[in-house]
Amino acid sequence: MAYLAKRVFFYLFTAWAAITLNFFIPRVMPGDPVQSLITKARGQLTTEGIQSLYVLFGLDKNESLISQYFKYWGQLFRGDLGLSFTFFPSQVSDVIGQALPWTLGLVGITTVIGFLIGTGLGTLAGWRRGSWIDALIPVTTFLSSIPYFWLGLIAIALLTGPDSFFPAGNGYDTGLTPGWDWEFIGSAIQHSLLPAITILISSMAGWILSMRNMMVTVASEDYVTVAHAKGLSERRVMVGYAARNALLPNVSGFALSLGFIVGGTLLVEIVFSYPGLGFLLFQGVGTKDYPLLQGIFLIITLSVLLANFVADLAYMLLDPRTRREG
Amino acid sequence: MSDAVLEVKNLDVDYGLGDDAVHAVRDVNLTLHRGEVLGLAGESGSGKSTLAYGLTRLLPPPGVIAGGEVVYHGENGETADIMRMTDDQLRAFRWAETAIVFQGAMNSLNPVHKISTQMTDVIKAHDPRSTPRSRLDRAREMLALVGISADRLEAYPHQLSGGMRQRVMIGMALALDPRIVIMDEPTTALDVVIQRQILGQLIELRERLGFSVLFITHDLSLLVEFSDRIAIMYGGRIVEEAPADEIYQDSLHPYSDGLLHSFPALRGPRRELTGIPGSPPDLRAMPTGCAFHPRCPKAFDPCAADLPLLGIPESHADATTNGQPRTVACWLHPIR
Repeated sequence: MAYLAKRVFFYLFTAWAAITLNFFIPRVMPGDPVQSLITKARGQLTTEGIQSLYVLFGLDKNESLISQYFKYWGQLFRGDLGLSFTFFPSQVSDVIGQALPWTLGLVGITTVIGFLIGTGLGTLAGWRRGSWIDALIPVTTFLSSIPYFWLGLIAIALLTGPDSFFPAGNGYDTGLTPGWDWEFIGSAIQHSLLPAITILISSMAGWILSMRNMMVTVASEDYVTVAHAKGLSERRVMVGYAARNALLPNVSGFALSLGFIVGGTLLVEIVFSYPGLGFLLFQGVGTKDYPLLQGIFLIITLSVLLANFVADLAYMLLDPRTRREG
Repeated sequence: MSDAVLEVKNLDVDYGLGDDAVHAVRDVNLTLHRGEVLGLAGESGSGKSTLAYGLTRLLPPPGVIAGGEVVYHGENGETADIMRMTDDQLRAFRWAETAIVFQGAMNSLNPVHKISTQMTDVIKAHDPRSTPRSRLDRAREMLALVGISADRLEAYPHQLSGGMRQRVMIGMALALDPRIVIMDEPTTALDVVIQRQILGQLIELRERLGFSVLFITHDLSLLVEFSDRIAIMYGGRIVEEAPADEIYQDSLHPYSDGLLHSFPALRGPRRELTGIPGSPPDLRAMPTGCAFHPRCPKAFDPCAADLPLLGIPESHADATTNGQPRTVACWLHPIR
C-alpha cells in the first residue's frame, strides 16, 4: 500500500508539472491568440475590444503571471478551458466533449479488439511454432509496416464510391441528427468500419509478434516442462503456464496504448475526416486555436498518465513479484 | 527387491533427423527395480539428462526417440511401453506413475502462481472428481512431509529460498504417490549443506513410501553415498553398471575410475586426485571403437577399432548382488 501511495503521489506530481507547462508554453511562445484574432478581424477591433479579448483569454497584461497562474487553476477546477476560436464562441470543453466520444468509440474499441485478437493469435503462433498460424507472422508484419493512413487512403480509393456500402468520410450520415436511435447508431457503425479495419490491421500485428516471441521464450522455461511432466492438459499448460507469463509485457504495452487512444490516431481521423479528437487537433493547428490546442494537450497528457497508472496496477495484479511487501 | 518397475530397452535418442542427427543416447539398457535408488552418472554432454527426458517423452524439439522401448511395470503386473502410449494415456501416466524433479530448483515453479495452485492443479488434472478441500489437504500433507509449514501454501515461489523451492518440488512429485521419481541433478543449484539435507530427506521418504528413484548427477560422490546401484554414462552409452560400493571400491572401466579420482573422498584415507585428461567427445564426430579411447590411459589395440559391448565381465562372472550381475563395456574386461 505504501508503494501504491508513492505511485499516486508521483502521478499527481507529474500531472501538476504537465499542467504548469501547459500554462506557460503559450505565454512564452512568440505571438499570442489575440494577435491572431486581430489579424483575423482585419483591423475591425477597437482597443477596448482587444483589451477585453486579452482578459477573456486570461492573458491580461496588467495582471502578474502568478495571479494568471492561479486563475488558470481555478478555471481548470471548474472545467473551464476557455473559448475556442475555430468554433467561436463555444467553450473548448464543449468542443472537446463532442469529439471525445467519437475517438474513444473508434480508437478505444479497435485498440481493445486489436489487443485481444493479436494476443490470442500470438499465443497460438508461439505455442505451435511452425504451424500455419506461425506462417502468418511475416504477412502481419508486412501489413504493420505500412503506415496506417496510407492503408486508409488505399481503402478509400478502392472501397468507397457513390454506390459503395462504405462511406468515404465523416462519423455518421450528415442527414441524421445525433441521438440514441438505431438509425443513427447503425450509420455511425457503418462509417467507422473502414477506419476501424485500417487501425486493426496495422495495430494487431505488433501484438501478434510480441506475444508470439514471448510465448517462444516462455515455452522453454523449466516450469513449462514441469507442467508438461505433471500431465496437465495441453490447454492448461498453454494458458495457465505459458500464456499467463508471456502476457506480462503485452499487458503493460496495452495499458500504455490505452493512453494514446485519446490522442486518437490523428492521421486516420484526418484521412477519413472522422469527427474525433485527432481531427479536432488538426483543425486547431490549422486555425492557430490556442485554447483548443491547450485543452486537447491537457486531456492527452492526463489520459497518458492515467494509462500509466493503470499499467502499474495491472502489473501489480498480474505479477506477484512486483508487489512489495510492507 | 528384484522386480523391475521400469525397463529401458535399446533406447536411442537423436537430436535432429536424417544424416545430420546427433546421437545423444545410444542403445541404452537400464532396469530400475522396485524401491531402489539407481544412480546415473557422467560428464556434461554424456546424455544422462537426454535419457531422462527421453524416457518420459518430454524431449524438446529437435529431440526424437530414434528407437527402443521403455517398459513400465504397473502395480498389478500389467506392462506398458511408454514410447507407444497415446497422448491421453501419456498424460494420465505422467506424474501419477513417474514424477520428475528437475535440475533448476529456481525455475521449476511458475513465478506467477501460488504454491497451492501449482500443487493442487496436478491433483485436479489426475483426479477431476477430487474436491478443492481434499486437494488442499493433500498439498498441506505433502508440504509437511518435506518439512515446510502449511502457511507457505499461500506463498509465491519468489518468497521461498532455493532449498525450500526444491523441497516443494519433491513434495509435489510425491503428491500422487508415484512409483518412480526421476531426479535430474536436483541439487546442483543448492549449497552443499542443503544438498545433503534434501537428499537425506529423500532417502528417508523413499524408505517410508517405497518409490524407486532414478538419480541423475555428475557428482559421483553423492551417488556413492545415496544410491544402491550406479550406471556410468559416456558419449551416450552406458559403460559400466554395478552396485554403488563395488563401483567405489573396484571400478572396472577406466572412465569410472577417472570419475572416482576426480573428487575427494568424504571419509577414509586421503587419495591423490587425478581427474580425466581431455574433454568429452563431440557427439557429431564420435571416435571410432570405444568412445573413451582417446582419453583413456589404458587404451590398447582393439579400443580404437571395435566398439566394446556392455556385458558381464569374465573376471566378475559370479559376483551378483541381489541377483543383479555387474556389467561393463571395456576391452580390458572381456565379457562372457
